[in-house]
Amino acid sequence: MATKKSTSRKSSGSSRQSTAKKTIGKIENLGKQVVKNSLAQKDPFVDVPTRSISNTQFNKRRRILEMGGNSQRRNLFNLGQAKKFMQTVLLSEGCRDLIKADKTLSLRGMFYKSLHTIAGTNEKTFGDQGESDTILEDLEVTLDTLREDLHVFAKKRGTMVGNITVIDNGDRIDCRRMGTGGYAIPSICEPNVLKFDKCEAKFVLHVEKDTVWSRFNEDRFWETHNCILTEGSGQPPRGVRRLLNRLHNELNLPIYCLLDCDPWGHYIYSVIKQGSMNLAYESRRMAVPEAKYIGIRSDDYERCDLSDDVKIQLNDRDIERAKQIANYPWFADRKDWQKEIKRLLSNGFKMEVESLITKDISYVSEVYVPERLKKKDFLD
Amino acid sequence: MTPTATPTRPRSGAKMSKDKKSKSTTRKRASAEQMASSQREISVSEFFAKNRHLLGFDNPRKAMLTTVKEAVDNALDACEEGGILPEIHVGVLQLSETRFKITIRDNGPGIVRQQIENIFGKLLYGSKFHRMKMSRGQQGIGISAAGMYGLMTTGQPVLIVSKTKKNKPSHEVVLKIDTTKNRPVVVSETEHPEDDKLFPEGHGTQVAIELEGKYQKGRQSIDEYIEQTAIANPHARFEYVTPSNETIEVPRAMDELPPDPIEIKPHPKGIELGTLIQMLERTKSTQLGAFFKNEFCRVGPRVAKEICKKAKLTDRTWIKNVGHDDAEALYDAIQDVRIMAPPTNCLVPIGSKGLLAGLLKEVKAEFFSVASRSPAVYRGNPFLIEVGIAYGGKLSSEESSRILRFANRVPLLYQQSACSSFKAVVETGWKNYGLQQPRGSLPVGPLVILIHMASVWVPFTSESKEAIADYDEIRKEMKLAIQECGRKLGTYLRRRQKMKRESERRSVFERYIGEIASSCEAITGTSSKKVYDALLEQSQRKTAEADQQLDDEGRIVEENGRLGKDENVIILDDLEQEPAADVIGDLFSSTGTTTKKRKKASSGTRKASSKKKKVVKKVVKKRTVRKKN
Repeated sequence: MATKKSTSRKSSGSSRQSTAKKTIGKIENLGKQVVKNSLAQKDPFVDVPTRSISNTQFNKRRRILEMGGNSQRRNLFNLGQAKKFMQTVLLSEGCRDLIKADKTLSLRGMFYKSLHTIAGTNEKTFGDQGESDTILEDLEVTLDTLREDLHVFAKKRGTMVGNITVIDNGDRIDCRRMGTGGYAIPSICEPNVLKFDKCEAKFVLHVEKDTVWSRFNEDRFWETHNCILTEGSGQPPRGVRRLLNRLHNELNLPIYCLLDCDPWGHYIYSVIKQGSMNLAYESRRMAVPEAKYIGIRSDDYERCDLSDDVKIQLNDRDIERAKQIANYPWFADRKDWQKEIKRLLSNGFKMEVESLITKDISYVSEVYVPERLKKKDFLD
Repeated sequence: MTPTATPTRPRSGAKMSKDKKSKSTTRKRASAEQMASSQREISVSEFFAKNRHLLGFDNPRKAMLTTVKEAVDNALDACEEGGILPEIHVGVLQLSETRFKITIRDNGPGIVRQQIENIFGKLLYGSKFHRMKMSRGQQGIGISAAGMYGLMTTGQPVLIVSKTKKNKPSHEVVLKIDTTKNRPVVVSETEHPEDDKLFPEGHGTQVAIELEGKYQKGRQSIDEYIEQTAIANPHARFEYVTPSNETIEVPRAMDELPPDPIEIKPHPKGIELGTLIQMLERTKSTQLGAFFKNEFCRVGPRVAKEICKKAKLTDRTWIKNVGHDDAEALYDAIQDVRIMAPPTNCLVPIGSKGLLAGLLKEVKAEFFSVASRSPAVYRGNPFLIEVGIAYGGKLSSEESSRILRFANRVPLLYQQSACSSFKAVVETGWKNYGLQQPRGSLPVGPLVILIHMASVWVPFTSESKEAIADYDEIRKEMKLAIQECGRKLGTYLRRRQKMKRESERRSVFERYIGEIASSCEAITGTSSKKVYDALLEQSQRKTAEADQQLDDEGRIVEENGRLGKDENVIILDDLEQEPAADVIGDLFSSTGTTTKKRKKASSGTRKASSKKKKVVKKVVKKRTVRKKN
């Protein structure tokens, strides 16, 4: 490693300072390599690990998705890659600036930071935010670092409430006293930002979306059952997944998921449990292989004696997706899941969590979930 | 039709009303004798007078084109047979709105006085039908039918002037056709003095036909016909006076006559049973062995013996003893015996050089490629396919491509989609060669495809000779030739595409280098100028190829690619400044002595390409258009 002249300025902790130093070192290495190749009249490149299903492996022992060893070389002197190469270098510079200034920016902020018109042309460095988002994810894997360490965060999504107190960037937050809105789960849930304080909760109930979460919160479910209630607004963002992972690993809390009975709900469960393909390199920090699936189950239509009105016809895409999911290796060896998906397909309809409201407004929080928990009736 | 046995039986409504009209309840009966009185022979001319669409006289516009075509075909045939470089004058004079006078004059050997009326006044009279020799005309219908059409639409007879030798007078014959008897009627004849100004060379024929017609430029016009004839006959010179009194001169592209085709005898595998029986009846030979040897090609004593043996006869069998069953056995035997393919020296292709010259002269494109197949056989008739492709340049890229079809050097302008060549083009996968092609149709792009079929007998779909019949053997040969040209076009297009990408690449790279250099400075502290210069140098080196190709004339130049050495391919890189004439000259000058490099717009860094076009013997003048007063 070459000489490092960068020094991290004032910082809250020494660990934080050292990660910053390490990340800057990685960025500088990338820059030096590009300069070295350029001066040597070689085609400059960066090797970007491939983030696709082909380069994703399922680790059977750990039961999580992991990234394979494939990477793709991104050259400057290749017509299809030239612009991406330029964008990669540009965003490296941007991240280095951020870390040096010890500030964080959202993905959108990062897009604006590196956005300008290329001198002498009408072309902008980025067409839209989507371009810079993917390059940032590329950069993350290329540098073998985390987005959080690059000081970039995504728009926050997801809420938490329950018998726990956390310390967020030095502020003590009592999640028992969050009113109707709840505590917004930050995008970065690393230990240097978010610390756990006092926790009496015995488990975590994660629900798919805000509406169901509100139902539980209003019924004070977390109080009566002594738990933490989280919500991820559909597919949970990194922050929520990282939080669930930490709650499980650091506080030994089991995670239960209440999701819709359709392929999309199943896949949310899959992402929480095994990690996602796009962020396979983060699975170790995010996945909770022990997470359990409470419902909604395909046989709940008869079990709970629901009315015909809650049925939503499966469309072609649903059917195709369900078959795809059934074939994922981490579902393939789960007999219960195979049965569940088969039943969903033979039913020919899907159900949302809200369908339980047809029984009674609080049926879900007062009957459905408590019964399932009591009987330990989950899918794994 | 024989009358029905029960005349009172009720018939269909239409018939009933007809019967009522004739005011009779029973149908009138005609006896066989009565019918016989109205049964008589139909002469060919009568038949074709009624069915003139069969000969290409469907409408006034087409009739005029067919007239010109038949006359020019005859003129070219005559000149070539006489070993004379053709000089053809075509005059279209507008007499009134719908009336035209067509005059065609050639410098051929002329026609002896006695034959004039037969050739021009009798349908199915000619020298070309009975022989197996490659020629434009086949049946001996065309020109007399044109005269008949003129006579029928305007009442005016045909006027023929012909001169055979310098010191002999020329004959002028005014001719009508008696259609009922298919017989010529000479209206008047005059003898002109020896120094006829019409024929400066001392020999030639002129025919003038007045007819009802319509003149329109564009596709399927006389103009197009002449243009295409010039492509396929680069050795002929044309002078065309249009109805608006403009004279268009089409000079020769080559000074060599094509070799005279050799006449061949029929091939045994090409005849049918009926023909065989007829030939047996007519032959002068007395024994089977001699019959086969004398009447067919490719049959020697050994093959003749083998055929006879297979038919359980011998080569000594007397022909008069050969019955119908024997003939059938002989016919079957012929199919079984291996016989050498017919000789192919009877075919005279236009040739690669001739095709290239013709295309260069008439098509303003940038890429030319030709392919000539070796002869093949269909139904015992030898034939040969030649294909030429012209691409790019000033051709329109929006429309689908154009096919120029030729049979024995005669352009075919009608019924494209019925033609074997059209099917061959459609069946070729043009996408492989970098062109767009909607399913089941012609490729789209600035493309002209020339297809020529040379054969002793071209199988037309009709007497008007508009489309080549779709024999599998023919279509296969056409496709192979098209593919050969197509592959070269594909190579050229891919190369061109690559060049384009290279140049695009350069601008793209240079655009991003600045950004990269300044980011690198921010990250590593290395001077951005240093990185920028290094990257720029590299970028320029990477695109050096494109630089070299483009900075000369701003267009793509083939230098040392495979195509550059291919003598069946010509690539023009500057259409604006340079008439193609120069290149045509180069084509025929491999033996020339003077060397002259191809002129260049700029004397840039261009290298070896001019070596390809070596020598210029003769510069062909550009096509000129001048106004007659």
